[in-house]
Amino acid sequence: MSIDENIAGLSNVLLYSAMTAYLGSMIGYAADLADGGKEIRSAGARREAAAAAAGGSPVLTKTRPEAPPRRRRAAAVGTSLFVLAALLHVGSVVARGVSVHRVPWGNMYEFALTGTCVVAIAYLIAVVRARRAGLGGGRDVRYLGLFVTAPVLATLGIALRTFYVDAAQLVPALDSYWLIIHVFVAILATALSTIGFSAVVLQLVQERREKRRAAGGDVRGGAFMDALPASVELERTAFRLQAVGFVMWTFTLIAGAVWAQVAWNRYWNWDSKEVWTFIIWVVYACYLHARSTRGWDGRRAAYLACLAFGCILFNYLVVNIFFPGLHSYAGV
Amino acid sequence: MARTDGTHLDDLRDGYRDGQTSDGQSSDGQPPAPPTRPAAAGGAAPLAPLEFLRYCWRQLTSMRTALFLLMLLAVAAVPGSTFPQENNNPSGVATWIADHPTAGPWVERLQGFHVYSSAWFSAIYLLLFISLVGCVLPRARVHLAALRARPPRTPTRLSRLPEHAEAEVAASPEQTLEAARAALRKRRFRLDVHAEAGGGSVAAERGHHRETGNLLFHLSLVGLLLAVAAGSLFSYSGQRLVTVGSGLVGTVGSWDSFSGGVWASADDVPPFSLTLDRMDVAFEAQQTTQIGEPRQFAADVSISDAPGEPVRKETIKVNHPAELDGTQISLSGNGYAPVITYRDGSGAVVKSGPVPFLPQTANYDSTGVVKLPDATDAAGEPVQVGLRGVFLPSATVDASGTPVSGFPDLANPLLIMVAFTGDLGLDDGVAQNVYELDDSRLTQVSDGEGRPFAIRLVPGQSLELPDGLGTVTFDSVERFASFDVRHTPGQREALVFALLAATGLILSLFVPRRRVWVRVRAVDGDPGASRLEVAGLARGNDAGLREEVEGVLAAVQAATAGAAAGSVPVRDDGEREHVDAGTGRTPEEGS
Ligand code: HEM
Repeated sequence: MSIDENIAGLSNVLLYSAMTAYLGSMIGYAADLADGGKEIRSAGARREAAAAAAGGSPVLTKTRPEAPPRRRRAAAVGTSLFVLAALLHVGSVVARGVSVHRVPWGNMYEFALTGTCVVAIAYLIAVVRARRAGLGGGRDVRYLGLFVTAPVLATLGIALRTFYVDAAQLVPALDSYWLIIHVFVAILATALSTIGFSAVVLQLVQERREKRRAAGGDVRGGAFMDALPASVELERTAFRLQAVGFVMWTFTLIAGAVWAQVAWNRYWNWDSKEVWTFIIWVVYACYLHARSTRGWDGRRAAYLACLAFGCILFNYLVVNIFFPGLHSYAGV
Repeated sequence: MARTDGTHLDDLRDGYRDGQTSDGQSSDGQPPAPPTRPAAAGGAAPLAPLEFLRYCWRQLTSMRTALFLLMLLAVAAVPGSTFPQENNNPSGVATWIADHPTAGPWVERLQGFHVYSSAWFSAIYLLLFISLVGCVLPRARVHLAALRARPPRTPTRLSRLPEHAEAEVAASPEQTLEAARAALRKRRFRLDVHAEAGGGSVAAERGHHRETGNLLFHLSLVGLLLAVAAGSLFSYSGQRLVTVGSGLVGTVGSWDSFSGGVWASADDVPPFSLTLDRMDVAFEAQQTTQIGEPRQFAADVSISDAPGEPVRKETIKVNHPAELDGTQISLSGNGYAPVITYRDGSGAVVKSGPVPFLPQTANYDSTGVVKLPDATDAAGEPVQVGLRGVFLPSATVDASGTPVSGFPDLANPLLIMVAFTGDLGLDDGVAQNVYELDDSRLTQVSDGEGRPFAIRLVPGQSLELPDGLGTVTFDSVERFASFDVRHTPGQREALVFALLAATGLILSLFVPRRRVWVRVRAVDGDPGASRLEVAGLARGNDAGLREEVEGVLAAVQAATAGAAAGSVPVRDDGEREHVDAGTGRTPEEGS
């Protein structure tokens, strides 16, 4: 079947538009966090002053604070632009798939294109759901907006610059319905791990600030961090994301093994990409274990999660391109 | 508390205490485990051998050791991706050793070319699995007991639990207690009702299958390991290159290579036969940026399961192997086999047929040799002739003027060879690679001016060799296919265990394990009203615990409704409730 070059071109135009909208959204979210930090500090100062005036210590009161709810205009702009960007992005993914008459994840460029789209959708679902319950301790997760738009934009930028290939038919090695299953699960796993990693980094930064503040130290810079939940809360969000991600990695391995049995006559070949996916899986298992091991929970477990994400990047950026193996996926 | 880290940290972290931790008695009534460090804590008395063994065992089966071994496993897997491995890239290993004369032998000595069957890698995963069994079996015993145990008694002060809510309802304590029982039962809690004078309490628990899932996950990993191990003991694999028109039979002796596990033998190969009827190959020729990308590899074959059995037609493609009775035949490669005829000096046809040339590049620049040990020269003397060269399916010249192939398909086939005479070395009885020419005892045929005699042929052309050595004819081009025949027992079992492990993992990560207690007290002076308290405790992170507690409260209120109007739940954690202590923001205060 021939490639529809017009639709492939449309996919690229949609992607550039989406990236512009993401950029706007990122600016909105950044402004919101900056505002939030300022506001909290001044509210804190007000409260302390009030408490001092009342002759008491600045304990948390049981009543809700009097301050009128802040209208987070910047965050609202960020989210609206995000929705627009995600729609354009979905359009780009669909157009790419239509132009090549197959699922749009047949090479590294398409992996990045679809993977970031999954990240964007996952984030929107989290925003909608978190307002009702669950993730982030039942609070607004738009604080993650900046940390979602930034990696999405970076990934798309790198993918367009380095991995871009014209829309094309698949090579026979990839022409299998297992591509649809195995690679899609891998995309989900990577997407969840990426959002989880963002949360872990925030957790580590927040924890450092809390420690420093508890020791009476001065925390300079990064006022927006004050707008984020406490590190314990961030840890929980990170864990839930990583847990779902780990299950996805498990299925990536299983589906990959089934495909390998069909494609290479053997379900496990210790091919370099298999090895690295196995390593990622084991490091995430370490992270989950560490959370239940005394002396290893909290900070140290978080470092393991970072290490696992490092392995994901390595697998995608280095192993795909520089390591010889049976996987003929890179397409660059 | 002298607990090893082999127990749940979550128990400590969340105060999720069973009888096991709160009173030093394990829930199955046994005395607590001895402290981790036995008698020798002071360092004076030497450890009794048995105690020392027990100490080692406890160390090996601790969570910390498991974590350490898991990390070691991840690290140990890395070199297998950086060094070429014998199992999937033997020629890469040879090249690597040749390129690194000092490091090569060391890597070899350290088993770096077969990492995944090396002593050190095996030691790590075996220790890990021993640790796993040692850790999981006792937990399974405890878990079985816990499955039968009753929910722990209602604590005295429910308000100290992480989630707590209370309300006054307009129903008698008995009615309220019954409503609480019904509400918890409906939410699939296992429960225990304690009726007391003027009220009572319900202790409820759910989510035991979190632990069941954890055990299932870990034990399935053991099953998976056994299935993989069995597979490698009984599996075999073989490869054979087949040109169109010829075939492959289930006789290992006729194959190019065969390797089997310890308990596999050549007799396990089924007596099938396969003929390659046609090889269908296509490359991208239209789209400019993708020129030469493979688009189709398909081998049309006729297969029969055993001599005398009916023959069936099949197409073996990449991603689409042929199956016969537990053995899989897949297409692992393809290339060109120029059909070459050689008439010797006496005019006799010594050889005529396709000669496979192995592709070396994406454009199928291919190399091959022809060995002619039984020729006679023009003078009637026996002579051995060897030909070596390249085949280019779409010949062109590169910038330096060297002939190369510019496209993988057959657009402009060209065969370029040089000839040798002398001793081919075939009579030594030493097995030789059919795709290589050992020229140590050969002399190159020259053109009389000191240059190698060059044979350049397009299909249909012939060329006479000098010195009465005969004639070479390039008749046409055939294709060949490489087949991989492989039998891997245990693959179904491995898949089943892997899926069981995944199921266990999902249970273990996402089934919330919760305890909920309800206490009902009479309200002084009002027999038609009672005070209702609901509290909850979870193991691990549990974002839904609050909802559960509130849900139970609401259900009881609804069931006892009627005169219940005005009983608003009173929460004792207003600050924590929806307002984040950090931001002072509530979720509703969004955009
Ligand atoms: C093949 C090696 C192993 C792998 C891949 C592995 C993987 C995992 C994973 C992914 C979890 C998280 C699931 C959960 O939280 O329930 C977990 C939990 C757990 N593992 Fe392992 N494990 C391995 C070996 C071991 C060993 C050797 C031990 C005992 C020393 C062990 C003891 C535990 C325990 C006690 C938990 C539950 C922690 C909790 O309840 O929070 N595991 N394991």
